[in-house]
Amino acid sequence: MNESVPVNTSDNIRARHPMAEAFEMFMGNYAAVAALIVLILIILAAIFGPMLYPTDPFEMVWAPFSPPGAEGFLLGTDYLGRDMLAGLLTGARVSLAIGLAAAFMSVFIGITIGALAGFYRGWIEEILMRITEFFQVLPTLLFSMVIVALFGASLPIITFAIGIVSWTAVARITRSEFMRIRELEYVTASRSTGASNAKLIFSVILPNALPPIIVQAALMVGSAILFEAGLSFLGLSDPNVVSWGQIIGSNRQYILDASFTVTIPGVAIFVTVLAISLVGDGLNDALNPRLRRR
Amino acid sequence: MSNDDILRVKDLRVRFPLKRTGFGKRDYLYAVDGVSFNLKRGETLAIVGESGSGKTTTALTIARLQKAFSGSVQLGDIDLLALKGAELRDMRNRMQFIFQDPYSSLNPRLRAEDIVREPLDNQNRMPAEQRDARVEELFSAVGLRPEQRRLFPHQFSGGQRQRIGIARALATNPDLIICDEPVSALDVAVQAQILNLLRRLQTDLGLTYLFISHDLGVVQHMCDHVAVMYKGKIVEYADRLTLFNHPQHDYTKALLAAVPSVASALRQG
Amino acid sequence: MNTHSGTSAPALLSVKNLRVEIKTRDGVVPVIDDLSFDLPEGGNISFVGESGCGKSMTALALMGLLPQPAGRIAAGNILFDGEDLARATDARLREIRGNDISMIFQEPMTSLNPVYTIGEQIAEVLRRHQGKSRKEAHARAIELLDSVHIPSPQLRVDDYPHQLSGGQRQRVMIAIALACKPRILIADEPTTALDVTVQAQIFDLLTELREVTGTAIILITHDMGAVAQMSERMVVMYAGRKAEEGRVRDVIQQPRHPYTKGLISAVPHLLDTITDDRPELLEIPGIVPPLTEFGRPNCLFASRCDSATEKCQAARPGEIAFDNGHSSACFYADEMQP
Repeated sequence: MNESVPVNTSDNIRARHPMAEAFEMFMGNYAAVAALIVLILIILAAIFGPMLYPTDPFEMVWAPFSPPGAEGFLLGTDYLGRDMLAGLLTGARVSLAIGLAAAFMSVFIGITIGALAGFYRGWIEEILMRITEFFQVLPTLLFSMVIVALFGASLPIITFAIGIVSWTAVARITRSEFMRIRELEYVTASRSTGASNAKLIFSVILPNALPPIIVQAALMVGSAILFEAGLSFLGLSDPNVVSWGQIIGSNRQYILDASFTVTIPGVAIFVTVLAISLVGDGLNDALNPRLRRR
Repeated sequence: MSNDDILRVKDLRVRFPLKRTGFGKRDYLYAVDGVSFNLKRGETLAIVGESGSGKTTTALTIARLQKAFSGSVQLGDIDLLALKGAELRDMRNRMQFIFQDPYSSLNPRLRAEDIVREPLDNQNRMPAEQRDARVEELFSAVGLRPEQRRLFPHQFSGGQRQRIGIARALATNPDLIICDEPVSALDVAVQAQILNLLRRLQTDLGLTYLFISHDLGVVQHMCDHVAVMYKGKIVEYADRLTLFNHPQHDYTKALLAAVPSVASALRQG
Repeated sequence: MNTHSGTSAPALLSVKNLRVEIKTRDGVVPVIDDLSFDLPEGGNISFVGESGCGKSMTALALMGLLPQPAGRIAAGNILFDGEDLARATDARLREIRGNDISMIFQEPMTSLNPVYTIGEQIAEVLRRHQGKSRKEAHARAIELLDSVHIPSPQLRVDDYPHQLSGGQRQRVMIAIALACKPRILIADEPTTALDVTVQAQIFDLLTELREVTGTAIILITHDMGAVAQMSERMVVMYAGRKAEEGRVRDVIQQPRHPYTKGLISAVPHLLDTITDDRPELLEIPGIVPPLTEFGRPNCLFASRCDSATEKCQAARPGEIAFDNGHSSACFYADEMQP
């Protein structure tokens, strides 16, 4: 029964996972790769910085408003004479941690709701999408402020407050991807060979729906960092920890006298969020099969 | 089984709701409207028709991938439409589907061997250690090389992808294989490879096909019996020679007359 | 390169040694490689082959619509009424497109703009190319809809594309294509997305319009049956090259290239009488070579041909001529059994 062996022009092709090709595509995008390197440096600084530079960011170490470089303080001191560099390094941990945790939370909620709505359709979808719409029309900043004001300004509460208002985009993307993919023949093929609903959702549809969700998640880390900065600027931050937004918020009255105390953490936020966006864009291009050669 | 009929479909109806017309009232479109036929073991029944005729809906309903409204479908002595949950999943090893589009019918994230193994894993009857050997056997049966097992779908051509789809359908030794336009998405030169393969497999393994197609040339080549569907109903049912040489129904005649054929160029004149 | 003696009428369109190159990641490849053919005034010719063989690329080259910036005409001439379109300016090509040469596409669903009525879309072409007033164009649009047999055209002229069936949409596309009385109509797989009975109607319509208006038709298809029904002459394309050309009846009765023979016998045909004899279909193994192999100096079909010899691997066959302008690019064309 082997008389018809199909001819393959290139005989020994290596098995290449679709993700391997996406990685190659990403590496070809220089802006995204540069942004990824910057991001890795920022993360390394956040992890190891406070160990290598163990000055307490809450301690008054010198005269207030010393400009950067003065007396060995690389980035100067703030209005209470606290070391800006120490604040920046310690703040990086908090800002990044809140960004990641909030993004993780919204992706988790968003995927759960979007997947159930997109897979089961009908009344389940109706209810879940009404809930999503409810959260979508909430004035996000106001709602998070209310939560923080009610439950106190601790890191978990702030993370929760950010996560609870930002999952709707993920839910919508997940739902539309599920609705599209569930109609594809390979899903029907799985179903026709006896796959259970759980298997269809988790191991057939979800892996194929992930690319746009990954992109959205990356961008969400950036927006969560911004959100946290916004809350801190309004004074709604945990007083026991330093974050970039909190440094800006506490120095804001002195912006005319010592602008560097606000600019430096501002630039840190800007560079981090920009790097995350560029990486997100790179992921988007790499994971988007329409841009990839066939 | 005393009777040779492997599949018996009786008075099958499938309907889809249309717009609401009044308070509480609903209009329905009967996509399949009282379809009955039997299919003998080892034979091929073709259902032909144009888009909207209900042929694919009929196939999907028989495969329990689409909800029936009324009627009965018997595979051997099982009443398919009565099955639920685990029973239904169990039954699926006896009936498999070959899809039209070899690009969308294979999960892009699975390797070829995992796609072919999926029915075995879902059914979970064959001991896990035998499954590998079975996959190897299936690869050679459909004319794929063993070293292609580890590749991903996008690394195959359309014809090769369809071979993977066929291997997947054969995995559980099904009683019935439903082929839904299996070659219409393929290039002309590749169609022959797949049609020959399907016929060869039928002879070697005694397969039974329910063959859905709009292409009368292909149907003519593949089938033993033909059912012509039009607007949800079977308007003509006959064996191959009768239907093509002596069509009775006007619609069948119109359909046959509409096919552009090389016959005119082969006639001398 | 020899040209054909079969057609005596002066050619309306004469393509000579056309070479079209596309820039890809792996370098520049000739997607059309040394293609020559003639189309007389009011004639009809079909291009046949698998996808990726250069059929559609030929149409795009004629229309001056090669993918930009990757594609370009590298050599050869496209003589339309004596004017070389291969060297025409973009402005001149725009003038010719839709006016002297029109095209209809495979997918009538996506080739009409959903936000305009079909009347507006037909009138648009008339106003752009013929400078007709709004009112004149509207009236002419109704006439055109009538000529492609759309029932009650006065009413349907204000319909949006989604209100029409697939076959009607293709009729509208034909009406748009014929609006300026083009001298050539290129139909790229015009019925692939349609049902057979609708396909038959569209073919009848095209044949009728050719007889009435004298528009020459270039049909691009993969269906030998459609070729047999629609055309007098045919060109079989393989991997960007002309494999065979000739009168349709000659080519189908006595193919002179193994690829043509394969294309004909790989498909189960609906013949006048069906018998119990069902031989295995002739298989053409493998697939069309990847673009990177286009342009190699050998017979590109050799890897799929069961009568290929060392000669086929070593050199590119020239054209061997037969009667009635029948020619084949196969070393063994003389020896082919009918």
